[in-house]
Amino acid sequence: MYDISAIYEAKSVSDAVSLRVEHPDAVIIAGGSDVLIKIREGKLSGAELISIYKLDELRGVSMDDDGTIRILPLTSFSHITANPILREHMLVLCEAADKVGGPQIRNIGTIGGNISNGVTSADTASTLHAWDAEVELTGPDGVRRITLREYQVGAGRVDLRPGELLTAILIKKENYEGYFGHYIKYSMRSAMDIATLGCSVNVKLSADKTVFEDVRVAFGVAAPTAIRSHSAELAAKGKPVCEETFMACADAALNDVTPRTSWRATKEFRLQLVHELTLRALRESVRLAGGVL
Amino acid sequence: MSIGKSVKRVDAYDKVTGRARYTDDFYEKKYLVAKILHSTIANGRVIRIDTSEAEKIDGVVKIVTCFDVPQNKFPTAGHPWSTDPAHQDVADKQLLTSRVRYYGDDIAAVIAVDEVVAKRALAAIKVEYEEYPFVLDPIEAMQEGAPQLHENFKNNILAHSGYENGNYEEAIKQEGLLCYDKWYSVPTVQHCHIENAGSYAYMENGRIVVVSSTQIPHIVRRVVAQALDIPWGNVRIIKPYIGGGFGNKQDALYEPLNAYLTTLVGGRCVKLELTREETFTCTRVRHAMRFHITTYYRPDGRFVARRLEGFSCQGAYASHGHGVIAKASSAFAQLYNDELATKADVYTVFTNKPAAGAMRAYGIPQITFAMESHVEDIAKSLGMDPVEFRRINMMKEGFYDAFSKNRNYYDSLGECIKKGAAYIDFEKKRKEYTNQTGDIRRGIGMSIFWYNTAVWPISLEASSCRLVLNQDGSVQLQIGETEIGQGADTAFAQMAAYTIGIPFESVHVVSTQDTDITPFGTGAYASRQTYVGGMAIRQSAELLKDKILKQAARIANTEADLLDIENGNIVRQDTGEKLMTVGDVATEALYSMTNAEHITAESTHQCTSNAFSMGCAFAEVEVDIPLGKVKILKLINVHDAGMLINPQLAEAQVHGGMSMSIGYGLYETLQYDQNTGKPLNGNLLDYKLPTTMDHPHLEAQFVEFYEPTSAYGTKALGEPPAVPAAPAIRNAILQATGVGIDEAPMTPHVLFKRFSEEGLIK
Repeated sequence: MYDISAIYEAKSVSDAVSLRVEHPDAVIIAGGSDVLIKIREGKLSGAELISIYKLDELRGVSMDDDGTIRILPLTSFSHITANPILREHMLVLCEAADKVGGPQIRNIGTIGGNISNGVTSADTASTLHAWDAEVELTGPDGVRRITLREYQVGAGRVDLRPGELLTAILIKKENYEGYFGHYIKYSMRSAMDIATLGCSVNVKLSADKTVFEDVRVAFGVAAPTAIRSHSAELAAKGKPVCEETFMACADAALNDVTPRTSWRATKEFRLQLVHELTLRALRESVRLAGGVL
Repeated sequence: MSIGKSVKRVDAYDKVTGRARYTDDFYEKKYLVAKILHSTIANGRVIRIDTSEAEKIDGVVKIVTCFDVPQNKFPTAGHPWSTDPAHQDVADKQLLTSRVRYYGDDIAAVIAVDEVVAKRALAAIKVEYEEYPFVLDPIEAMQEGAPQLHENFKNNILAHSGYENGNYEEAIKQEGLLCYDKWYSVPTVQHCHIENAGSYAYMENGRIVVVSSTQIPHIVRRVVAQALDIPWGNVRIIKPYIGGGFGNKQDALYEPLNAYLTTLVGGRCVKLELTREETFTCTRVRHAMRFHITTYYRPDGRFVARRLEGFSCQGAYASHGHGVIAKASSAFAQLYNDELATKADVYTVFTNKPAAGAMRAYGIPQITFAMESHVEDIAKSLGMDPVEFRRINMMKEGFYDAFSKNRNYYDSLGECIKKGAAYIDFEKKRKEYTNQTGDIRRGIGMSIFWYNTAVWPISLEASSCRLVLNQDGSVQLQIGETEIGQGADTAFAQMAAYTIGIPFESVHVVSTQDTDITPFGTGAYASRQTYVGGMAIRQSAELLKDKILKQAARIANTEADLLDIENGNIVRQDTGEKLMTVGDVATEALYSMTNAEHITAESTHQCTSNAFSMGCAFAEVEVDIPLGKVKILKLINVHDAGMLINPQLAEAQVHGGMSMSIGYGLYETLQYDQNTGKPLNGNLLDYKLPTTMDHPHLEAQFVEFYEPTSAYGTKALGEPPAVPAAPAIRNAILQATGVGIDEAPMTPHVLFKRFSEEGLIK
């Protein structure tokens, strides 16, 4: 039994926005795989909920005329993994979504919830961050568009203003065309787990595959939110595709993370993972991009 | 012939269709819900509890605190009662306590109309404590000046036991001996049965009925009566199907409290179901242990003298107590035998942690991890083959233990090792994996183990079985030994069918134990079901068969000893001629106008033996050194569990145990905050139970030597499968990397630290 004081079922996006204005303290619930847990734990007990789960208008993946990939927030992890547009252009996101929880969670949990929950361990957050994703927020005053980096304000917090709702995740053509990426979720077991560290890397190689035209490196669980490692990216961008560059990139990544020792893992172990996963994700991205290792 | 065959489980259809009834399916309409308030300090005293705000909440029926309950103490361990006070379990538990001994101790309870109201009431109760310093480690708890948990247990030592075979101090003076001396540590883990602990309690005709997910209904009845200080006959326990127990439910958990709560609300039905988090913290755990092993041996590998010191973390309450590490110390002297001397001292020590109780294999996973790590390291230091090294020192055929009167009738260990080594291609792989370099390396390792069956001569071993013949020649079977998911009911039906001479389908097992109805038996533990239960089943089945044959002889106008029963028919022994069916006999007997008889048989069999149940595991692993990860490529357990009643169920039993041992070796450990004593990971996300994806194919093989002391040639198989995989994996990691890990679980955290220390990670 869950301690829920009221639940309001949104009929449309505009209805959801009105409900948000009417009930400013209510919590948005989509698949419920995060919210229900918090209610059970007592963190949100007695909460009012606004359910958006029945809004099919917020489900699916499409491509805008300018080639922007538009991911609607209620798309489940399993639908992300199976989506043909994403499989063609952003396979790594499909793979990252497939590493969340177990099959039941991936059927109920949504990508919008994953990034709006604001946790650093969200498997899709680091990957979307690594692809320079943007988010579209719809509120009483209309629609605004900000980067995912701006959306993530801090641990457990996102820039969702009163009345607002996440209505799309967008990846511009220039941010995915020619890029190949790899995500490594390091966790203590192979399923039903959250990441000890997540590392998502993507690369764009020169036509002859010998030079890094662009490199993007993102981490989950290396900071209070998913982060990009600009030092690592700088260390590889414009450099030849070779082991020295891989190593320089992995070494540089250590500059941008400040892990702490907790009962979950020591600082030393986390640093080891940052280094080793960067190396491995980078090598695999190069391989996927057709580069020679 | 119904034994030795993989017949379908008697409960298969009901379980897969959801028809089988578990505790949660038994509730009465309009039940109340109880929730427990747990302490938020690890050691201290409750000064005051203010329930005034909570009482005001609509729907709260009753709140009871530690100051309101009867103050008598009771034992909880699922051991048979002893009429000798010297052998009774320690009585240190109260229904609710003002003397808090661990973070999560039970200090108050709320009864409400539903769960939400009960939880709101818990949140509204205010508690004032007097806090004491606490201690989490058993060796620290033994030191002078450590916080004391219980009166009458100086230095927190619940018990100490030991033995010395030969003269250890003299033996080690021999010239030319080598010595190996090491410490080992194994973690606090939990059973993680799917169904949390829970019960319903209500009153009927002035008596208390508790429906509970337990392994031991008859024992729980006694404990509830002791806890409430009421006549034992005033308590009735009903045990339906249960979703696993693994020893956690071989303890009276919250049945006594729930029985008490129903008396506070006029006997209305009260549901007390624990959450997973409560199950982790407030039921029982496996004893964490630390061992110090010293071995003196000759350069040819022969053990001359060995010494064991062991320290078992009991947690806050005595529960099963010292029996667990005492059993571990038996394995030390029996799995391996020393030329001159073996000495052991083991201690069980109270700490401010959740109480440790019974868990599958009762101390043997703990000692086996330590012993098999130790033995492997010595073999490695001598450059000897690990199998050959074990052969020199391990228990031989003909070994006799004077205390238990157990005899090792066969070369069980040797035969099991042969099978395991052949399956995994041990010799070849071992050669192939020597002297590897690089980040990813493979290795192969093995472990042997010792176990015994049931608890004779330490405790009572008896079982009672009732058989009732129906008109159609089928029978109902009732026994106090319980089905807890392992398939006991199916094996029982196979045994009874075999001995009576009727088809397997003609035996209807009454799965539910109800202490008002079911014959007395102490339940499921100690891998005793087929062994001890089997003896009672055979005895009652023979009695029933005699009665059937006597009636048949009367009807056929012949002598009973000329007849037999085959496949449900009465046959002449000499010609095999079918005279009638068992159904014909039953119907005639029941409705006879001159000789009416309801044919039943009921008897108690006292078991006065015990049997070694041994075997081995072999593991092949791949170690990713920079990531501290171990992937199990191949894993096999081989058991000599005597004859198999149902090979498919036996195999399934082994699979489950192997899985548990994988968790023990690589994944699972309950962690506690060193500053507060608070459990850190008592939930299924943070406690890393391995998933299906973390398992390789699990290979289970058997050596079937007929156990002469057993009714059907069987011996322990319930618990032993959980023993050998963890040390076999440890030894495979050693072969792969050259690094010996002396603690379980061998998580990436531990491997990273050890690989860094040994220079494999720079």
